[in-house]
Amino acid sequence: MSTTLTSNFIHNKYYKWIVKNLFSSWVNSILTIIALIFVYEVGSFFLNWAIFEADFRTNFQGEVITDRILCSKNIVPGEYGACWAIIYVRWDQFMYGFYPIEEIWRVNFVYALLPLAIVGILFDKIPYRRFFIYFTFIYPFIAYFMLYGGPGISVVGTNKWGGLLVTLFLGVTGIALAFPLSIILALGRRSKMPIIKTMCVVFIEFIRGVPLITLLFTANVMLPLFLPDGVNPDNLLRALVAVTLFQSAYMAEAIRGGLQAIPRGQLEAAQSLGLGYWQTTRKIILPQALKIAIPPIVNTCIGLFKDTSLVLIIGLFDLLGIGRAALSDMTWTKLYYEVYVFISLVFFIFCFGMSRYSLYLEKKLKTDNS
Amino acid sequence: MQSNFFRKLIFDEKSRNLLVQALVIGFFALFIYIIVQQTSYNLEKRGISTGFDFLGMNAGYDISISLIPFTSDDTHLRAYFVGLLNTLMIAVCGCFLATILGFIVGIIRLSSNWLFRNIAYVYVEFTRNVPVLLQIILYYSILLHLPKIKQAIPLFDTFYISNRGLFSPSPILKDGFSIVVWGFFIAIVFTFFLKKYLKKKQEKSGKQYPIFLINSAIIIFTPIILYYIMGRPLEFDFPVLKGFNFKGGMVVRPEFIGMLLGLSIYTAAFISETVRSGIISVSKGQKEASQALGLKSNLVMRLIIIPQALRVIIPPLTSQYLNLTKNSSLGIAIGYADLVHGFGGISLNQTGRAIEIISMVMLTYLTISLIISLFMNLYNKSVQFKGNA
Repeated sequence: MSTTLTSNFIHNKYYKWIVKNLFSSWVNSILTIIALIFVYEVGSFFLNWAIFEADFRTNFQGEVITDRILCSKNIVPGEYGACWAIIYVRWDQFMYGFYPIEEIWRVNFVYALLPLAIVGILFDKIPYRRFFIYFTFIYPFIAYFMLYGGPGISVVGTNKWGGLLVTLFLGVTGIALAFPLSIILALGRRSKMPIIKTMCVVFIEFIRGVPLITLLFTANVMLPLFLPDGVNPDNLLRALVAVTLFQSAYMAEAIRGGLQAIPRGQLEAAQSLGLGYWQTTRKIILPQALKIAIPPIVNTCIGLFKDTSLVLIIGLFDLLGIGRAALSDMTWTKLYYEVYVFISLVFFIFCFGMSRYSLYLEKKLKTDNS
Repeated sequence: MQSNFFRKLIFDEKSRNLLVQALVIGFFALFIYIIVQQTSYNLEKRGISTGFDFLGMNAGYDISISLIPFTSDDTHLRAYFVGLLNTLMIAVCGCFLATILGFIVGIIRLSSNWLFRNIAYVYVEFTRNVPVLLQIILYYSILLHLPKIKQAIPLFDTFYISNRGLFSPSPILKDGFSIVVWGFFIAIVFTFFLKKYLKKKQEKSGKQYPIFLINSAIIIFTPIILYYIMGRPLEFDFPVLKGFNFKGGMVVRPEFIGMLLGLSIYTAAFISETVRSGIISVSKGQKEASQALGLKSNLVMRLIIIPQALRVIIPPLTSQYLNLTKNSSLGIAIGYADLVHGFGGISLNQTGRAIEIISMVMLTYLTISLIISLFMNLYNKSVQFKGNA
């Protein structure tokens, strides 16, 4: 009886898995125990801080928190966890910056349409994909009209934009504008014409060799010097120029990788059919190259999305800039853990989502081709 | 006749390419010409003078962290070198730390222990999906909210941690210390030859020598013995709390520690991924074959897996080093006096020579990038398969 019980137990698949992955040897068992203690300590500390002992909108006495003095942490020092009220109170700033409150519905409208505009590009097996792609091309105009304003609705200057709005605006617009530019650069770098090739190589290597912050400085300080009077792009637009040029160089290298992976036979076959350069490129080479290049392109997009946070250095209020502004407010200083953890989480959700998408594509491409 | 010429210009590939390039050059030259004209007009109108003469002028500001002596009476050129040295210092320290951390995490990611492996995975995903600037600012904020100097946390009564940095004993070198240093370097060179000699002997006799043990013993003990022979020529100046500050010793500023932590923790996540993929890329047969030959597991790793994995690891590692160096320019956000913050920020504001200063900063970064890729390419060549295409 007891033998069957133990043998049942030994052949149990969970037991087998645990032995194989956690307790395969003495060293492994010790490591597992250390790791368990570590996870428990860190996990319980974090959960207590972030959830169980945290204030959300009211403190433990039930008072609504409007500034730091009312946080439980301040009433009972060292005994309470996070004070998320700062996020709650400043939510509008984190999401929309200094956008006028009565016009916020416009930003929400643009946010709500964003998934519809992207879904057509991301997935190729959705129904009515063609209409989604059409919408993708109309979307920038709708977004511009809704955000900036125009006939019928009031104008909201970009100096009022901030928070997630600026982060998303720079990220999405930068990527969208850099894409066609990067294709031209990548093709130019592989061109047979020496002058065009040199210009593309110099541009790409120059941009990749300097930090983004120097490009942002250039755009911020030097762009006004280059332009004639009257043409004075605002701060956000200047940052967008720098971000777009930066992203186009990195994306061009990703696309070049895709171009190099296309077998020469494809090009020769197309040429022997009598196709010219542009026809060959547009109909044969690019569709295949871009498909291979999507995962590395997505990786550069993740990089760019994170790098948009640099614009706070030239005085724009992106998500991180708004966070810093919130902390410089006397009523909320010292709540830096709460603010930075929250912003990290927002960035993490976007970037992790993109990297999962890139992995999904890689897997799909592998099964498609072999 | 004329139409024939134009026809050739458009339909013959060679001449058409020439035409296109001539047009591109023409437009480019025109573009540059307009920008130069416009810029000089704008500069004149705003009364901004140009030229590099400002480099000889007094900087008039202090830099908190500098490797070479710097006062506010020094020139902007000297401020440039202070910034450059600070950038190089953070880049070298960051690359060093990131490589060690990255290799450790990368190897843990391949551990057979599920829990260990996944702790490393969580670390990698959380650090590389959050902007490095945010991480630097977060670590710096934590450092700034450490106890004040009066309540500094002592470590073994020699180091003190406070919100103004890490106070540590500073070494005082006396006569004869240079001999200890020389002894250390000679020991390293000696072990190099000893290794070659013992390897040869091993190839002849087949007998194995504990080369690594012997060599590390030589490298460690030579300077220690010399140190005592020379009569302990090294003393330490310990920091002591006096009034509102520490006297004596030296201080590592929180700006530097914050930058170092942010850059190395962020970059280590990327390095660990390249290390992991490098080790995975070595085919399983290599490991099995070397085990079948009777090699122990640490020898399998050292002699078979790592040398082959390095081929795959080096190129992406190079670009991570480049990224780290470029990201060191983020010091401006927390006031670390690197090239962009000191020279590119304060000097620019004081002199207004935006074009000169920004192009100097950019050219410096370009040069650093080129030098790093040059050295890493040389190293890369030495680890590649000989005879491979």
